[in-house]
Amino acid sequence: MANKAAIIVHSGDMDKLYSALILGNGALAMGMEASLFFTFWGLQRLKRGGVEKGPLSKMNMLGFGKWMVKRKMKQAKVASLEKLMQDFKELGGKILACDMTMDIMGVKREDLRDDLISDYCGVGTYMDEAKDSTVTLFI
Amino acid sequence: MAEIKVDCIGETCPVPLVETRKALRKAEEGDIVEVTGTHPSSKKEIPLAVKAMGLELLDIEEGTDGVWKIRIRR
Repeated sequence: MANKAAIIVHSGDMDKLYSALILGNGALAMGMEASLFFTFWGLQRLKRGGVEKGPLSKMNMLGFGKWMVKRKMKQAKVASLEKLMQDFKELGGKILACDMTMDIMGVKREDLRDDLISDYCGVGTYMDEAKDSTVTLFI
Repeated sequence: MAEIKVDCIGETCPVPLVETRKALRKAEEGDIVEVTGTHPSSKKEIPLAVKAMGLELLDIEEGTDGVWKIRIRR
């Protein structure tokens, strides 16, 4: 088993993307390898200008709940999702974009953040990452 | 041998851990990375990361104002 984390980012919710990115960065910071496979609603967050667009998974209240949580996060000096994405890349993390989701949802490559994405791929690539990972998560 | 300072005072999870890792990646073998911060869990977790990566933890200092300082040799 390799010292590696392979995480599926299925949710596009803001709080869940925070979880995925903090875990991914945490793995890299602990000297592990890490990959994030963005699929379905998660993939929407890789669209240009889409990183911060996700709702809160609970008590979003048409955006009011999200606004409150973001305000609290700012007070607590929590890093932005964009910074966590950049850190993840800088530490050598892999960001994988699910190409089947792109087909289903009519997302084209030019709609996505090519600067962040390491590969456009399918289940085979994820499983190849996951088969020898010590940590696998579905978020 | 260079000494690299990383200021994480006031930062929260996972920034101190991530910034430490970034500095260690940029450092050359033998360089010293000195991280200062206030996030309590990071004080415990940075040494865990140092151990996991097989690097040398030189010392951990704790000030009275909640500021800690960790020195690592790459």
